[in-house]
Amino acid sequence: MDFNFTEEQSMLRDTIASFLQDKYSFDARRATVKSDSGWRADHWQAFAEELGILGAPFSEDLGGLGGGALENMIVMEEFGKALVIEPYMGTVVIGGGFLKHSGHAAASDLIGGIIGGTVVTAFAYAEPQGRYNLADLKTTAKKDGAGYVLNGHKAVVIGSPWATHLIVTARTGGSQREASGISVFLVDKKSAGIVTRDYPTVDGLRASEVYFENVSIPADALIGVEGAGLPLIEKVVDEAIAATCAESVGVLRKLHEGTLDYARQRKQFGTAIANFQVLQHRMVDMFINVEQSLSMTYMATLKLDESDHERAKAVSAAKVQIGRSCKFVGQSAIQIHGGMGMTDELAIGHYFKRATMIEGQFGSVDHHLRRYETLSIDQAA
Amino acid sequence: MNLDFSPEDLAFRDEVRAFIAANYPASLRGKQEEGEELAKEDFLAWHRVLAAKGWVNPAWPTEYGGPGWTSTQRYIWSEECARADTIAILPFGINMVGPVIYTFGTPEQKKRFVPGILSGDAWWCQGYSEPGAGSDLASLKTKAERFTDDDGKEYYLVNGQKTWTTMAQHADWGFFLVRTDPTAKIQEGISFLLIDMKSPGITVRPIITLGGEHEVNEVWLENVKVPVENRIYEENKGWTCAKFLLAHERSGIAGVARSKRGIERIRQMATTELGDDGQSLLKDAAFKRKVAELEIDLYALEYTELRTLAAESAGKGPGPESSVLKIKGTEIQQRVTELALEAAGHYGAPYFRGFPTDGDNMHAIGPDYAHRTAPTYFNVRKTSIYGGSNEIQRNIIAKMVLGL
Repeated sequence: MDFNFTEEQSMLRDTIASFLQDKYSFDARRATVKSDSGWRADHWQAFAEELGILGAPFSEDLGGLGGGALENMIVMEEFGKALVIEPYMGTVVIGGGFLKHSGHAAASDLIGGIIGGTVVTAFAYAEPQGRYNLADLKTTAKKDGAGYVLNGHKAVVIGSPWATHLIVTARTGGSQREASGISVFLVDKKSAGIVTRDYPTVDGLRASEVYFENVSIPADALIGVEGAGLPLIEKVVDEAIAATCAESVGVLRKLHEGTLDYARQRKQFGTAIANFQVLQHRMVDMFINVEQSLSMTYMATLKLDESDHERAKAVSAAKVQIGRSCKFVGQSAIQIHGGMGMTDELAIGHYFKRATMIEGQFGSVDHHLRRYETLSIDQAA
Repeated sequence: MNLDFSPEDLAFRDEVRAFIAANYPASLRGKQEEGEELAKEDFLAWHRVLAAKGWVNPAWPTEYGGPGWTSTQRYIWSEECARADTIAILPFGINMVGPVIYTFGTPEQKKRFVPGILSGDAWWCQGYSEPGAGSDLASLKTKAERFTDDDGKEYYLVNGQKTWTTMAQHADWGFFLVRTDPTAKIQEGISFLLIDMKSPGITVRPIITLGGEHEVNEVWLENVKVPVENRIYEENKGWTCAKFLLAHERSGIAGVARSKRGIERIRQMATTELGDDGQSLLKDAAFKRKVAELEIDLYALEYTELRTLAAESAGKGPGPESSVLKIKGTEIQQRVTELALEAAGHYGAPYFRGFPTDGDNMHAIGPDYAHRTAPTYFNVRKTSIYGGSNEIQRNIIAKMVLGL
């Protein structure tokens, strides 16, 4: 058993941390959030060229750094600490994940584009009616000659305004919520018939409602096996959840550290509020939450390549922990900061907002508790 | 002991329900449904309707223009307002400074300030908290030095900074706690001043909060001249007024009727929203349980508040027990917003402030009821912080109720 990082992994972490330290201050991020485009395309290019991190989880023969899920974990934890906006999740973790696992004919070219920063993907999976059920799909892809025609509405597609391509889940058969009949497509965002409404999100990202109105796509847009896409979707989403857990660890650490700092310097009743036992216990509980979230993130990340059943169980367990910790640590941080925690001027509130959105990202606590119950209890041998 | 409303109470309920239905401004209704930010005139619109009817100040004694309602009638009134989803009457005049003035003020002060509070012509704000004095309010540093000006009259010269001053951007008047004796023990050198917010030397700067709202402000006072006759009660005895006011503030803070309305709204949302299995979310076992738990906790709060109200109408003013209402009331308000955000699912994420949502009804960004769920959740975190944080309320109960 070994929880140590390799020298390369430690270097990767240091490289990212020092870039973000330099270029990604809270004020710089605020300016980006308020800008028209909502992201820094130049940072994205720097991630690709200067840091090379967009290749972190890809093999060296694809042009990557030869890493995998652990490298995603390292990147996302550091990104969480700086509340990075740019779409590593949608592009490298999810786009890269689908391409890597699907054996798509053009995968190596497209992954090359991701590593080089020219291909940016966003994951169009959720639908207005479907909540967190990945199979609840009304979007259809009907066979049309050699290709397909897409119709449907995807909800809250994070990072879509910056994307060159969308990864779209759609029905090529079966009925709504059926496990079979689901396919995955890589769609050029410039395709005729795609209507988007772009908007900011409460945690400083950008997203779109994406409407497909008779969008013709070629046969090679299909990723994986037609009609049998759900297991692939679940695998990639589980990888995305593990990476989300890692991001949340970065966010939670900052919430905890920021709160300790504030409690040490804020004086009331003639003493630092850090001296009040009722606040000390709350900060200890925050600490325990951060540590357990980190442990669960390691567990989920290390089990991503086990059987589907084991992987899913570990990931859902981790997401339950993270969802609860995001709520407790976030709310506690604001409470201990008092009025200052409520202001837009301080970073702490922005970490709280991100933590709040992570609670529901790829499934709420209830969703993953239910999934865990099914896997661990209902399906126990 | 019984829980029934008398026939008179039921008639009263019908009367106020009909009044609200007939008189609640339609312009407000529309803005509330759209989730629009309310302007000063919006807040005043409902205030003026109630002032004209004599119902704007349910808890005031009749000699100062109160309607003379029993505690049961006041309870029915707040229930009916919540049921009709009326906007809240801003508390700073009616619930806060008003009772201080009619309790501690001179006849001249009552004559001068009470009519404006009732009519809404004077918009009030509260100058209590300072950057260094939050939970430890008595450590406030804003100082007021007495002097005689060239006109031969006595004034206070006020210097300092207040913060978290709600709606000060609209205020005509503010009630301020200031230090008039820097040598006295910390709670003994404080006075309660009414300050014209248009006075030279006052600067109001906005503080933007997590949901993007401009509700609170910093208020800077630089050599602000305040006539001595604007002081309520004795010099250096302002803490008495402050404590009186805090107890009043706490008793209204439970927000039972509003939370009931909030739960009702969640139930409506969860009927429309679908769970993972395609059934309505309200049929989802886990979600349903959370709604049930919230409702049960709200009953416990409601009947605790009713007991407090009954004690109050028997002549026992709100005591330290009202801290229980503040703690449980705000915790429940926060859980209501948590559950609403949860019910909104993916559509809790879009942020609409300053963003045009109209003009493309074919491509809506989620259901209307989801639009404000996240900002509201963020905003309502303030309730366990303001009015004496919930940690302070627990200290009060430990000390004053349990004698620890």
